[in-house]
Parts: sequence; C-alpha cells; structure tokens
Amino acid sequence: MRTCKEISKLVSESFDRKLPFRQRMGVQFHLMMCSLCRTYSHQVGQLRSILKGVAKSAPPPEPLPDEARQRIKQALESDKH
Amino acid sequence: MSEQSMANPEAWVDEHGDALFSYALSRLKNPASAEDVVQETFLAAIRAQDRFSGSSSARTWLIGILKHKIVDLIRKESREQPIDEIETMEAPEEEFFDRKGHWRIKPVEWQVKPDQILEQKEFMTILFQCLEHLPDRLHRLFILRELEDQDSDFVCKKLSITPTNLWVMLHRARMRLRGCLTENWFGAGE
Repeated sequence: MRTCKEISKLVSESFDRKLPFRQRMGVQFHLMMCSLCRTYSHQVGQLRSILKGVAKSAPPPEPLPDEARQRIKQALESDKH
Repeated sequence: MSEQSMANPEAWVDEHGDALFSYALSRLKNPASAEDVVQETFLAAIRAQDRFSGSSSARTWLIGILKHKIVDLIRKESREQPIDEIETMEAPEEEFFDRKGHWRIKPVEWQVKPDQILEQKEFMTILFQCLEHLPDRLHRLFILRELEDQDSDFVCKKLSITPTNLWVMLHRARMRLRGCLTENWFGAGE
C-alpha cells in the first residue's frame, strides 16, 4: 500500500508524463479512498490551469528603471557604429 | 517594426521597454537579470531587423526574441548552480507529511474559478510573490515548465538534468506553491 506522500508525488508526476499502467491504477485506487490526496490532486490541476492563464495574460506591469533605460539606449546607439 | 522606430532606437526602447521588462521580471527572480535580457533582446532585434516580416506586431516579435534570451539565461544560471545533490536540498515533503507518509498539513479544497481569479490583481500579486519564494533552482525549472510551457524533455536538456530529478523538483515546487497560495490566499479568510 502506497503512502499519501508517495501518491502525491505520483500525482504531480502524472502532470509531466504518462505514468506506467500499474502506477496509474495505484493512484486511481488510492484517490478513490483518500479525500486528502483527492484534494491535492485537484489543486495541482487548478494550479496548472491558473498558470496556463497567467502564461497567456500580460504580466504585472513593472516599469523599466530609468538607469537601465538609458544604458540600453546607449548600448543600442554604440551598436549602430 | 516601423522604419521610423528602427532608425530611432530610443523611441523604440520607450515604446516596448516596459512591456519587455515586465515580461522578463515575471520569469526571472533577479531584476538585474531581467534588465540584461531586455538589453540583449533589443540588440538582437536590431541586428536581425531584416528578418522581421511584419506579419506579427513588433511587440510580439520582440517577446519571441525575449523568450529565447530568457531560456538561455536560465540555462546559464543553472550551469553555475547545478542540480547535483538532489537529496541535500530542502524537501518540503518533510513539512507536509509525518514519518509514516500521512498528511500532516491537510490540503483544503480551493474555491476557485481559474478564469475569474486571473482578473484579480491581488491574487496575481500573491501568486508572483509565492513563485519568487521558490528556491532558485526550483524557480528556474518551474518557470520553464509551467509559465514558458515547455515539455519535460526540453527542460531536462536545457538544464542538463535527468527526468527523475525533474519530476521530483517539479513536485516540490508544486507542493510549496500550493502551500503558499493556501496560506496567503485561499485560506487567508478563515
């Protein structure tokens, strides 16, 4: 019998690769019995879809600091010559 | 890229600098690194301007270059701080599970609609803070995998790690991140 600690690792792993059949069945079986691991599994899925959305949307606005702005302009200027 | 902006890089930095910097900073922990990749992006764009087809917007084209620069930087940083002794790293599992492998800090269901939550600025702030709190090595591979949406093979190659190490580390990153979000957002009202 696998522990919750082991199952949580396999659940996460299933988001990165297809688990071998026996492991997949082991996880399914454990999740049927264990509401805590089921909740964990939901959360990893929710996290994945939140991050997918974040990846597509504009990041929080952060102005380029003036110093860097000047430095970059100078670098572009000297690259021209 | 309009000809006018190409002839005048200053205006160009003013037009796209903030957007590129925001993007870079959302993927890298260090503001100085974010500034560097933005500079490299502008330089690369100027040198490659003949290749800009105009079929996409200048902004999209620049972000495309920036994404490559970010991957390059992440690869370089991970070479300088390689993932070798995976066992010696702090394992969040110890925090969440007892010795028998039972949950010690029990997961609590999140009430969340992913598309709505993205519109909440406070949530986004907390999410990025939680990401920043990931240890450097976890942060790098997690960003490549989840925010840059690269598959396991790509991340393993770029970071020169084995798939087994990658899966363990991604699991640790997710454990921490969901712990941080539960503590600071989903469970904060209780």
